[in-house]
Amino acid sequence: MSDTLLSVEDAVVDLPTPRGNLRAVDHVDLAVGAGKTLGIVGESGCGKTMLSRTILQLLPKKAKLSGRVMFDGQDLLKLPPEKLRKLRGRSLAVVFQDPMTSLNPVLTIGTQLIETIQEHLELDLAKARQRSVELLAAVGIPAPEQRLTQYPHQLSGGMRQRVAIAIALSCEPKLLIADEPTTALDVTIQAQILDLLAREQQRRHMAMILITHDLGVVAGRADEVAVMYAGRVVERAPTPALFKQMRMPYTEALLAALPKLDAAPHTPLPAISGRPPDPTRPLKGCSFSPRCRYATERCSTEKPSLVAAETPEHLYACFHPIAARVPA
Amino acid sequence: MATLELSLEDEAGARRARRGRRLGMLFWFAIGWMVLVFAVAIFADLLPLPSPTDMDMLERRAPFSVEHWLGTDGLGRDELSRLIYGARISLIVGLCAPVIGVTIGGALGMLAGYFRGRFESLVVGSMDVLLAFPPLILALAVTAFLGQSIFNLTCILGVLGIPAFMRVARASTLTLARREFVIAAQALGASHARILLRELLPNVLLPLLAFFLLGVAVTIVVEGALSFLGLGVPPPISSWGSMIGEGRESLDVAPRLAFIPAIAMFLTVLAFNLIGDTMRALTDPRQGAL
Amino acid sequence: MLFFVARRLFYLIPVLIAVSVLTFVIASLLPGDLAYVILGDQATPENVAALRHDMGLDQPIWLRYFGWLWHILQGDFGRSFRTGQTVLQAVSDRVPVSFELMIFAELIGLAIGVPLAIACAAKAGSAFDRFMTGSAFGMLSVPTFLSAILLIYLFAVELRWLPATGYVPFTEDPPANLRFMVLPSLTLALAEWPGIMRVLRSDMIAALQEDYIALAKAKGLKPSRILFVHALKPSSLTLVTITGINIGRLIGGAVIVESIFALPGIGRLLVGAIYTRDLIILQGVVLLVAAGFVLMNFIVDLLYAVLDPRIRHGHA
Repeated sequence: MSDTLLSVEDAVVDLPTPRGNLRAVDHVDLAVGAGKTLGIVGESGCGKTMLSRTILQLLPKKAKLSGRVMFDGQDLLKLPPEKLRKLRGRSLAVVFQDPMTSLNPVLTIGTQLIETIQEHLELDLAKARQRSVELLAAVGIPAPEQRLTQYPHQLSGGMRQRVAIAIALSCEPKLLIADEPTTALDVTIQAQILDLLAREQQRRHMAMILITHDLGVVAGRADEVAVMYAGRVVERAPTPALFKQMRMPYTEALLAALPKLDAAPHTPLPAISGRPPDPTRPLKGCSFSPRCRYATERCSTEKPSLVAAETPEHLYACFHPIAARVPA
Repeated sequence: MATLELSLEDEAGARRARRGRRLGMLFWFAIGWMVLVFAVAIFADLLPLPSPTDMDMLERRAPFSVEHWLGTDGLGRDELSRLIYGARISLIVGLCAPVIGVTIGGALGMLAGYFRGRFESLVVGSMDVLLAFPPLILALAVTAFLGQSIFNLTCILGVLGIPAFMRVARASTLTLARREFVIAAQALGASHARILLRELLPNVLLPLLAFFLLGVAVTIVVEGALSFLGLGVPPPISSWGSMIGEGRESLDVAPRLAFIPAIAMFLTVLAFNLIGDTMRALTDPRQGAL
Repeated sequence: MLFFVARRLFYLIPVLIAVSVLTFVIASLLPGDLAYVILGDQATPENVAALRHDMGLDQPIWLRYFGWLWHILQGDFGRSFRTGQTVLQAVSDRVPVSFELMIFAELIGLAIGVPLAIACAAKAGSAFDRFMTGSAFGMLSVPTFLSAILLIYLFAVELRWLPATGYVPFTEDPPANLRFMVLPSLTLALAEWPGIMRVLRSDMIAALQEDYIALAKAKGLKPSRILFVHALKPSSLTLVTITGINIGRLIGGAVIVESIFALPGIGRLLVGAIYTRDLIILQGVVLLVAAGFVLMNFIVDLLYAVLDPRIRHGHA
């Protein structure tokens, strides 16, 4: 791809823990084109957040990272801290999961917006203020002028997340990483925030990585979806192709775990049985095999690699892809 | 993410444990010093020491010698002997006062945390009054009006410790009283006394004990300060504080008279602080795991 | 906010009444009789009886308490039977000295403790951090009168840089005043910085783990801004709390330091009153110091509310 904005190549993140080494991200390859949206889906603890921190270069100090993270033609791993800092917030922005904790409780909304703008753009205080008001208005916050002097606790969760988005958008980033931006919010607010993100993304022609545990969230919004499990990408495909024919049993299980509107009342949700494997004790075979109902002998002894099958865009890591096998 | 964070916390815990082992040497040094101080204080009468109050005006501020290992003070009294008998006073006051504090404060705190209601408000309120006085001022005032004696000094320092012990006991009781084993005992019809003594007390005791050691350190310091000002232990009884106070007069000619008891006091206070702090660190996670 | 102030003020009244009762009770602990103490050598049974009657000592204790309280509410705290000075006069003469000492001490303590805390938090776990944390722990075991002796020995006896004792009012000779204040304030500050450093350090380490710090980094802010604005500002509340907690110890420390360095402050007045058994002064000073302490704690509470936007807007 010639217009690739961000590519993660063979990224491995190891975290030393007293129980042994924890491989949070395991040989991950990803790419996002300019203006495109990549959805990353997986359960809690599958390494999505660590992956987003890898891209931002905000990993814990003890974490060991190898591979390459190419952003806009530069390898972020080799970038000196000062250059990295100029990139963050400027061309690489992020929205965290919980707006209750991601805004500083003792600084006003205005301070937190203006400091970002003034850090990266050559604007005087009045202009930065003006821009802050415009941004707050753009993310749908009523009476933006007054908000500048307010503190985060005076705003509702949804409003705070809008502020966080305004901060992220403040310097017209090329890539926005939205790390579970709606998980901590009320259901009624979730769609509004997602729509806001999609709208601003199109308007600003910005690329976005949308991280979520909810396949439903990425369904209509992402161009491409990567499904992660135990630190690895286990299936990756353009969104329509994925939903037309998912190959990886884990993806299927994730989809089945979503509540459906048309289901009869009191239908039990088919939760995925078992727990993700202990990340400090990697399995020899496929990490999903202990929980997979299609697993065979081979799955527990050999690790399937992520390969393309029918189409070059659709990759998955499974010996027994769905539909390619005799129905059980 | 949840599992990741969990294991990171585990790591912090393990690092603390590892540091505990590394602190080991310092910790054992503290224990060793305490054993030594206790031993000489207890067996002071059996040791071949000159009397701590016998003056020898011909041998004032004598240097170290075979006869007087640490020399003599401004009145020709044997410094080593005074140091050892001083350890007695510091330890007696330093241990007895927190015993008063931990007994009364611990009992009040447990009762307040267990019964709640008006009794709790009363206890907390009266502690607020006690805390309304800067501790040293209250101690000074009481000893001034009541008269200087070891007994009075111990009592007032003990009373001053009550609020702190009350807080620790009440806080532990408040959390413990909501735990399953207490609720289960209540459901089984156990009496209040039984729950307080058999279920709660053993669990409140550990944090109280760790706090007790820190209380000893604080008491030794306050006793030292009062005696230093000449308002603690009445002369001619030697106390580390009064020895430092007397040594201050001859700082220019014989600074060791102030510095020897000062070092003894510093080491003792440090030892109690170290052991108390280590114990508190050890009891904390246990609290969480109950 | 107004409600908060009103509630705290309302709570102040019973505490102040209880403080006055306790002070009075302590003063009544005196074995024997105040009349004997006052009359000293001239105590004959007739003299004592007459003085007891004059002072109302023959009345029941609760009546005496209300009489005493009534005088206090009118601003009459009694008069020294040694010097004839009123308690209020004696205290107001010496308050500026004690305040100067305590303020200098707290400022020096903050000046040592805060930068160290920030440096340690920024490099938590490093050799520097471990060394400073260890030193702070060690310093906590050094009583004020020990550091006083050490500083006097070092700077007054050995180096002869600074005077060991004495005082000149600031209004008369500012440089001399400051010279006399250096050692006393430094002594008190040596007891203050370890507490400040330890609490602020752990508070900032906790703050640096917060999501908003991760976001501040992700916003590309300068490390200094992250440390001093995003991490330190939430912890500044902790500083107010520590300062509040320190007041009690500062007052106690001031008593010792003023006695050692011969500063004519409240502490020296108190200790002097004990030495000369000037019990009226003693009682009055104890009451005034306790009342002042209660008021200072009240002010710290208010300050806390003013600084924390969450309390200010009635959220906490």
